[in-house]
Parts: sequence; structure tokens; C-alpha cells
Amino acid sequence: MSKILVIAEHLNGQLNTATARAVSAAAAIGPEAIDVLVLADNADAIATQAAQISGVSKVLTLTHAENAHPMAAVLAPQIAAVAAGYSHVFAPSTTFGKDLMPRVAALLGVAQVSDVMTVEAAHTFTRPIYAGNAIITVETPAADIVVATIRTASWKAAVTVEASAPIEVITTDVALPSHTRFVGLEQARSDRPDLQSASRVVSGGRGVGSKENFAVIYQLADKLGAGVGASRAAVDAGYCPSDMQVGQTGKIIAPELYMAIGISGAIQHLTGIKDAGTIVAINKDTDAPIFEVADIGLVGDLFQIIPELEAAIG
Amino acid sequence: MKILVGYKRVVDYNVRVQVKPDGSGVATDGVKLSANPFDDIALEEALRLHDAGTASEVVVVGIGPEDLTAHLRNGLAMGADRAIHVTTDAAIQPLTAARIFLKLVEAEQPGLVILGKQAIDDDANQTGQMLAALWDRPQATFASKLVIADGKATVTREVDAGLETIEVDLPAVVTTDLRLNEPRFIKLPDIMKAKRKPIDVKSLADLGVEAGEHLKTTHYAAPVGRSKGVMVTDAAALVAALKDKGLL
Ligand SMILES: Cc1cc2nc3c(=O)[nH]c(=O)nc-3n(C[C@H](O)[C@H](O)[C@H](O)COP(=O)(O)OP(=O)(O)OC[C@H]3O[C@@H](n4cnc5c(N)ncnc54)[C@H](O)[C@@H]3O)c2cc1C
Ligand SMILES: Nc1ncnc2c1ncn2[C@@H]1O[C@H](COP(=O)(O)O)[C@@H](O)[C@H]1O
Repeated sequence: MSKILVIAEHLNGQLNTATARAVSAAAAIGPEAIDVLVLADNADAIATQAAQISGVSKVLTLTHAENAHPMAAVLAPQIAAVAAGYSHVFAPSTTFGKDLMPRVAALLGVAQVSDVMTVEAAHTFTRPIYAGNAIITVETPAADIVVATIRTASWKAAVTVEASAPIEVITTDVALPSHTRFVGLEQARSDRPDLQSASRVVSGGRGVGSKENFAVIYQLADKLGAGVGASRAAVDAGYCPSDMQVGQTGKIIAPELYMAIGISGAIQHLTGIKDAGTIVAINKDTDAPIFEVADIGLVGDLFQIIPELEAAIG
Repeated sequence: MKILVGYKRVVDYNVRVQVKPDGSGVATDGVKLSANPFDDIALEEALRLHDAGTASEVVVVGIGPEDLTAHLRNGLAMGADRAIHVTTDAAIQPLTAARIFLKLVEAEQPGLVILGKQAIDDDANQTGQMLAALWDRPQATFASKLVIADGKATVTREVDAGLETIEVDLPAVVTTDLRLNEPRFIKLPDIMKAKRKPIDVKSLADLGVEAGEHLKTTHYAAPVGRSKGVMVTDAAALVAALKDKGLL
């Protein structure tokens, strides 16, 4: 029987909902137990949140001052030590999980499955390659621990329940390295919904033209209560911060409504939105590839259309 | 300080890769191959450190079949001092690539290894992290800024929450994100010069590493496509369509 360890992702004392998505993937295996491991300097609040994810058997907390920030070199040896009792170790395929899990896998001497889309069997998964142009089925050796990152856009978050799973404090005696030190995190301050979990997202591309012009994107997003994303070209041009990039090498998202404005629809961008419910495209070029995948397309100048849209929304 | 750079050859990012009808693989015959974009960025960063006098030697590493030579010559033409070609016809998975890099690291003793954050064929995003683990050295992944001073690297990383800065002791592994730099173009005279630069050829047996198929790919499928939707003529019609779908 499978026993699965899910690594909790958190920031500023808040559990990231990506964790509950990884729990959903774990549940798809039909395991005997799903335990969530919280590594932090102060784990209490996070553990309480993790304990309420449906399907979780228990929450383990491993606290160290060194665990205050998610440094892979510090966390990986602790996870590798705890992993001994498990058949699978999962984390979300966010920058947190992508940084951390290959280090865990290498310490365990096993391969890693990146970006799990579906679980076919306990050791068989599907995952995307070539910017999502192909989906492969991969099998991991039956004797090895499975280390995997979970493509969050492919999984709904396991629901939160009233009842709490037990929380257990654990310790390890592994030596923690001092060669890697946290200096700082520059977080874009925003009251808007988080791009990775927002049900509506409005994205702007190079067509928006400038940082100043990007205000029209923010304004429409606020009208819709939407998160804001961008193409790589818009980020590269300095219209908006890098954490807004959607795509193969940015964030992979699955909102109910995605509006691509002044975005041509390069394959690298599309791979980030293919799980969106409804895609709306606004572009002045009738031949823009974005219209090939858009559920609703509107050809025209975004600077004219956005104000009209806002008026029509009311 | 010597810098080792991962320089993988992949299907060019402009190619829309097709899955073979029988699900046995993707059609790569005759498609354009190029340097992995993240590896061009890795090489550019190493060359800038070389130009600034921080690095004394830049070595590009390619793992792949016999005909990888022309690709490695491009890396040399871009400015690398020499190349190491690890020859193999097997598809090399990240864990094996990391084990190969570890052997090269032991032989070359670099102060810094710069790899791409991901190869755009397997999209694995693993090799750098695995190498750092096996080497028991720091990793700074998804770098958008790199400053080397006093035996340390200060690295700004593109993470989901924003920009994280960490400090790591050297030697270390850095993996590149897109905004670290803009790679230079290769100049014609440099292509001539590159012909005289050395390429050191090694087999997996020379390094004592087995190819190892850790993950077995049993099937390839085309992604589920999205069907073409409707076109509307104005903002009012768009809003009506969204209301229709219950999205507004
Ligand atoms: C390794 C690699 C990884 C990449 N990863 C990503 C990624 O993660 N995410 C990503 O997005 N890209 C990524 N890219 C880049 C991608 O290939 C495209 O270059 C990029 O997505 C283009 O962005 P864009 O659509 O905003 O710009 P463009 O392609 O320049 O398109 C701009 C669009 O705006 C339209 N437009 C202009 N003015 C107006 C107006 N007034 N009104 C309406 N429409 C207008 C134009 O018709 C055009 O279609 C990657 C590339 C590489 C090589
Ligand atoms: N066959 C290879 N040859 C050279 N470098 C490689 C090879 N495989 C992986 N790498 C390096 O590792 C990085 C990440 O690859 P991956 O983990 O496969 O996504 C690449 O950008 C390269 O720098």
C-alpha cells in the first residue's frame, strides 16, 4: 500500500492552496495514508490549516530557525530523512516545489517526475513535455520512492473540512548546511486575487505598449475582481513584474475565465492557460494565433475596446 | 575561477512538435535543432563574468550523440574557451545528466556551474538541483541576477511570490531564468576562430556513469486540443456572451 508525504508550501504563516492540490493528486493514488510535512520556523498556524485539508491523515511539523525561508539546500536533507517511511513524496510544481524536489530526489538516489497531470497507477503518471505539445506516460521503478511535483493547474484543491487531522511534532538529526543564506524577498504588494488561484484572470501582452498603459489592464481586472497576468514579452519590456508571467516558463494557471489582451498566443504562452475554463482574446490582428484557442474572440484595438467593455459590464 | 556551462541541444523553440500517430514518440526527423534557450543565457552569463575578469575559463558541456560537435562549435564561437562532449546515443535523463556533471565537476574543479533552469524538450527542470545535491553544494535556481564577489554569489531568483535574493558560498550551481541577460549573437570571424578551440570527447564509460533509464516513457499522446470558439463583433456582444456562459 502507498503512504504519501506531501510537502506543505507556505509563506508568511499562510498555507499555499497549491498544497491542497498536491493532496488531491496523492488521494488519486488511493493510499493508506497522506501525511503533510510542514517545515518552518514556527509551524503551528500552518499545521492547523493543513490539518483541515480533506484526506489528510496527519500533519508532521519540523521546526528549525533555519526553516524560516524555503531554502532547498536546507529543507531537502530533512525531507529525505523523513521520506524513508513513505512510498511517495509530492510537492506542488510551483517555484517552491521545482527548486526543492529534484534535490530531495537526488539525495534519495531516485528520478523525479515533474508536473504530474494525471495518476494512472501508483507508479504511472502523465506529464507534459515540449511546452505541452506532447503528453507522456511515465513509469517509475517499482522499488523506488516516487518523488514528484504536481502540476497544480491539473488538480482541484482538496476541500477544507471542519474536523482536524492530528498534528505531530517530529525532529531529525541531519546536519543543516550554512552555505546558503536568505537575504530577502521582494514581493509585489497587491490586493488583487492571487494569479495562481484566481477564478478570473486578465492578462496583457506586448500590445499594451507600456508600463503606463498597463493601467488599463489593472482597471479592467479590478472591475472583474480578477487577478492580473502577462506575457513574457510584456514582462521583458518592463510593463509589469516577473511574477505575473504566464506560460511554459512562468505560471501555469486554470482560471474559469482568462482574458488575453494584446497577446499573440505563442505556444509558450498557451501552455500556461490550456486548462482555463473560458479563454477570451482581444487582439487587433485577425490572424493572431490566440484566436485559434479562444472561446470568444474580438478583433479590435484594446484601447478602444476596454473602456467599452467596462461600460457594458456596468 | 573556471565556469562549467550546460549546453544542451534541443528542438528549436519555434518548432511545433508533433506526436507520432502510433504514440511511440515525437517526430524529430529533420526538425530544426538549436541550443536550449536557457543554456544560451547560461553561456552568456559565464562570458560576461569572463569579460569582467571574474572568470578565467569558460567550458561548455554537451551530452549527446556524435553529431553534437557542430552545436558545441556554436558555443565556442559565442566565446567559450573549450568544450567537453560526453558522447552517448541514449536519451539522457536529468539524474544521469547530474551524475555526468558531477564527474566533470570532480575533474575540472569549477568555481561555478551554470545550467539552464529547464531544457525545453523534456521540460524537467531538475538537473541543476540534482547536481547541487550530489555535489553537496549550494544551488541558486531561476536566477535573474547574479553577482560574484568574495567567494560568494548573490543571486536574485524569480519565484512565484516575487524576487527572492539569496547568498551562496562558492562553488555553487546556478540555473538561469529568461531575464538574466540577452545572449549575444555569434559573429562570423568567431566561427572561424572556434574551429581551433579544443573539444574534449569522453564516453559514459570514461566517466564511469551508466545511462540508466530511471523513468520509462510508455506512451506519447497529443494534448487535448481546445476547439475554436466564436468571434464577436463588439464589446457589448462579448459581455453578452460571457453572461450567457454565467461568467459575469
Ligand atoms: C524558452 C522560452 C520560454 C518562453 N516562455 C514564455 C512564457 O512562459 N510565457 C510567455 O508569454 N511567453 C514565453 N515565451 C515567449 C513567447 O515565445 C512569445 O515571444 C511571447 O509570448 C509573446 O508575447 P506577446 O504575445 O505579448 O507579444 P507579441 O507576440 O509581440 O504579440 C503582441 C500582440 O498584441 C497585438 N496588439 C498590438 N497592439 C494592439 C492593440 N492596440 N490592440 C489589440 N491588440 C494589439 C498584436 O496584434 C500581437 O498579436 C518564451 C519563449 C522562449 C524562447
Ligand atoms: N544532455 C545535456 N547536455 C548538456 N546540458 C544538459 C543536458 N541535459 C541537461 N543539461 C543541463 O541541465 C539543464 C536543465 O535540464 P533539465 O533538468 O533536463 O530540464 C539544461 O538547461 C542544461 O543546462
